[in-house]
Amino acid sequence: MEFINIALPKGRLGEKVYRLFAEAGYPCPSILEENRKLVFENKEKGVRYFWVKPTDVGIYVERAAADIGIAGKDILLEYKPEVYELADLGVGRCRMCVAGKKGVHDSRENTLRVATKFPHIAKAYYSSLSREIDIIKLHGSIELAPLLGLSDVIVDIVETGKTLLENDLEVKDTIVPISARLIANKVSYKFKHKEITALCQRVDALCQEGKL
Amino acid sequence: MEGTERIAGRLRELYRQHGYVQYKMSKFEPYDLYGRNKDFLVSERILTFTDTDGRLMALKPDVTLSIIKNAKGGGGLQKVYYHENVYRVSSSTHGFREIMQAGLECLGEIDLTAMGEVLLLAAKSLETVSGDYLLDVSHLGFAAGLLDAGDVAEADRREILARMGEKNVPALAARCRELGLAERVAADLVGLTGLYGRPAEVLPALRGMVRNDRMAAALEELEAVCALLGDRGDHLRLDFSIVNDMRYYNGFIFRGYLPGLPSGVLAGGRYDNLLRKMDRQDAAIGFAVYLDLLERLEQPKERFDADVLLLYQKDTPPAVVLQAAEECRRQGRSVRVERQAPEGLAFRTIQEVR
Repeated sequence: MEFINIALPKGRLGEKVYRLFAEAGYPCPSILEENRKLVFENKEKGVRYFWVKPTDVGIYVERAAADIGIAGKDILLEYKPEVYELADLGVGRCRMCVAGKKGVHDSRENTLRVATKFPHIAKAYYSSLSREIDIIKLHGSIELAPLLGLSDVIVDIVETGKTLLENDLEVKDTIVPISARLIANKVSYKFKHKEITALCQRVDALCQEGKL
Repeated sequence: MEGTERIAGRLRELYRQHGYVQYKMSKFEPYDLYGRNKDFLVSERILTFTDTDGRLMALKPDVTLSIIKNAKGGGGLQKVYYHENVYRVSSSTHGFREIMQAGLECLGEIDLTAMGEVLLLAAKSLETVSGDYLLDVSHLGFAAGLLDAGDVAEADRREILARMGEKNVPALAARCRELGLAERVAADLVGLTGLYGRPAEVLPALRGMVRNDRMAAALEELEAVCALLGDRGDHLRLDFSIVNDMRYYNGFIFRGYLPGLPSGVLAGGRYDNLLRKMDRQDAAIGFAVYLDLLERLEQPKERFDADVLLLYQKDTPPAVVLQAAEECRRQGRSVRVERQAPEGLAFRTIQEVR
């Protein structure tokens, strides 16, 4: 039997999703051991897991290094990989938001300076509003930008809003709700159709039951 | 590249066997042709330059448009194949790349025989690379008919088709609810998106979805073409997530896949709508094979750069050296002659001439 190669995003979300997969009948106990291995196999169940940087999941799947993967909708919207989006796992829920300093009113007079890790999403959003913007691409600590006057607003993921609150920032607009999606390589989906759809159905069924 | 060349050769031979004639074109054409039909091209970016007479020219990003432009009208079919390099922006490097492409086009009065032959040639093309191929088929008329039945406005169709293309059932269902589509139509759209399987398995489910003449005609054509593939029909899969741009394509479409490649290697279908845009009243069907992808399938390269490294001394007579090398070659071995072993190259054996 051929393996299904699964790319999991490193971090809390990935661990949560692995537990879901294990419960759906695709466990791989070695993955929980503390070691430096990168690839984990369960021959009996025909699955091979590996951890990758969350922003890279789309690439692994698009290029068929992984048959399926778990990626946040934010990553899919930003990088637009050519993949199938088979299920919404409903975990890792958050929102893609525009945030800025509390009380500061946005006027359309000036070009809006937007700091973000997601330039494509920000561009698409503001172009839908016919708004001219200046994109400032950052790789982290986005919230700092409006505080230091680097940008007028930020476009970023907001989960609880705690960081914003503590820094005197507030959500101005919600662009799109985000959650983790099960994605599949288009060719793998065809050649491993039975295995992938079976896995997808089991995992989806668990999600619908609200197991997470 | 050697493997790809060999496959390209076999494809040319295959198309010739079916009476297709080669279409050769120059590297560049007036930009106008491509500029007017940008949406038809895989990538909108075109490499242009100004010719000596001031005309804007383009390095060809596509062969099909040129074939249509130059095809003669009138009775009978125009059957041509091509094997050309095209110039496109690669999504990964954002730079222009030269991509080797083969394919064929059949223009004129396209009937079931012509469609069956083209699909058969698509299957045979994939067969030249691997016996383990899959050929997905779909019919745009079927999905369009279903959207007609749901009274979906033109503006909303693109997005629905995009969600179908992603097999994104949750988003598709949500969008249908937002648009207020009839529940049954929405359920069938969702069902259609999730379908994947051999014609015999999928066709019964499709029959239950037929609501109007457009869908009935599409289904009839799809069934009829699939039936023409004979033994090769086992490689066919129906998949309504392959949705080409409906402004150019209409009707029957297909995609070919090989194991070990990350994306489809063959794509084609009916594109009568493109001909209408170019003021032609007849029909057309064809496909392209993305030969550049096949490089990925090639076996690891030969570990040796030559069989023999023949070393000689400063005072070795040249005639003796060359003769010794020729002797080796007569035995069928490749030989490199040098004074000292070159760095970074590998040889099966190293010999010295005295």
